[in-house]
Amino acid sequence: MITKRIIPCLDVRDGRVVKGVNFEGLADVSSPVELGKYYSAHGADELVFYDITASAEGRGLFTDILREVARNIFIPLTVGGGINTLEDFDRVLKCGADKVSVNSGAIRNPRLVADAAKKYGDQCVVLSTDVKRVDGRFMVFARGGRENTGMDALEWISRCEKMGAGEIVVNSIDTDGVKKGFDLELLEAVCGRVSVPVIASGGAGCIEDFVTLFQRLPGVDAGLAASIFHFGEVKIEDLKATLAEKGIVVRK
Amino acid sequence: MIAIVDYGVGNLFSLRSSLEYIGKKAVVTSDAEEMRRCDRIILPGVGAFGDAVEKLRKSGMDEVVKAEAAEGKPLLGICLGMQLLFEKSYEYGEHDGLGLIAGSVKPIAPMIGEGLKVPHIGWNGLEFPKGRERSRLYRYINEGDCVYFVHSYAAVDCGQDVTATAGYGVPLTASVERGNVYGVQYHPEKSGETGLRILRAFCE
Repeated sequence: MITKRIIPCLDVRDGRVVKGVNFEGLADVSSPVELGKYYSAHGADELVFYDITASAEGRGLFTDILREVARNIFIPLTVGGGINTLEDFDRVLKCGADKVSVNSGAIRNPRLVADAAKKYGDQCVVLSTDVKRVDGRFMVFARGGRENTGMDALEWISRCEKMGAGEIVVNSIDTDGVKKGFDLELLEAVCGRVSVPVIASGGAGCIEDFVTLFQRLPGVDAGLAASIFHFGEVKIEDLKATLAEKGIVVRK
Repeated sequence: MIAIVDYGVGNLFSLRSSLEYIGKKAVVTSDAEEMRRCDRIILPGVGAFGDAVEKLRKSGMDEVVKAEAAEGKPLLGICLGMQLLFEKSYEYGEHDGLGLIAGSVKPIAPMIGEGLKVPHIGWNGLEFPKGRERSRLYRYINEGDCVYFVHSYAAVDCGQDVTATAGYGVPLTASVERGNVYGVQYHPEKSGETGLRILRAFCE
């Protein structure tokens, strides 16, 4: 049976992981390679690296480090951040990424999703979208959640699926950082609209939040989180053990 | 030395890295002479069958792979590379494969029933068919260990050559084997420790 996936997400600036991470036995807490190895050895099903570098120089450091990560870690790697063109896809895929996540780049140029899916296959294109309620409607936000694009989120997600997005990362701005659980209402609405895998993001604060997610919404394929894993509040091994006890199929 | 067949399809970075990681020398090549010198061949591939088989033919690699396999050299097809080993594929039309293993490749959507997503993407456990000796590829892993799949088509009618299945509505063909020819539908180079063990078993 296909397992539910648990995905830690790492923000990388100038080739280093942002936010101090403190795990026992980790010599360099901001090395993407060290952290990637740690997560891979401790049950992560996939890793997401977001490049939050603004400079061209930092971008070069990112691809160097990505190559190093891909040389050492043999689970699926998804890369996002600064993906605006097919050349950007090419750049990270050549360094060992398996999937490429697009967000703002697709908002600016929706053709990017279609072009990339045609060139690299649907399985390679992940649409990541930041969603916030405005007057009771789910709207797509850009620029890291600061700007309302005026686009309806469910329509946007459906449109990208039709263009070839192979997976959808749904990040709820309303629940992000609040640590009171995933945005079940939003996720349920998305699952009702698309038939590609849906990855929940934003709001996980404890193990129970993942249990609720997968029990209430069997259509959700994966849960993604950052700080609760990085700060050791939730250990992936413990999380998976609890999920398994509750009858949710996970990879041991 | 292991030859990774380069015919212009797919990203070979991870595959080469994973072989290096387990201490095996690998070369990405489209040179017939070099492939003859290697003691094992891996046929990778992502994308569409028709396009891939055409590229394989154009590069002349199809004949080299077939000839080497006929000589008894171990050959491993991965993902689309596995599907190429069969007689036929029905992905966007009808295409002939290399015909090294009996069976054909068909879309999974009509097989798996409603409510399951296509592609079959993610980690799934391997189940070994009863009444068949365990494949040598699996001597370092256990039944139920998970590997990483990404595919919308699967091999059918492979008879006794199926060495593992993965449950997704129905048992989907996860791997096949006939003599020295092996095929895995999943990506061992993306399947963590389990995948590395499978690659190691192939290389020994």
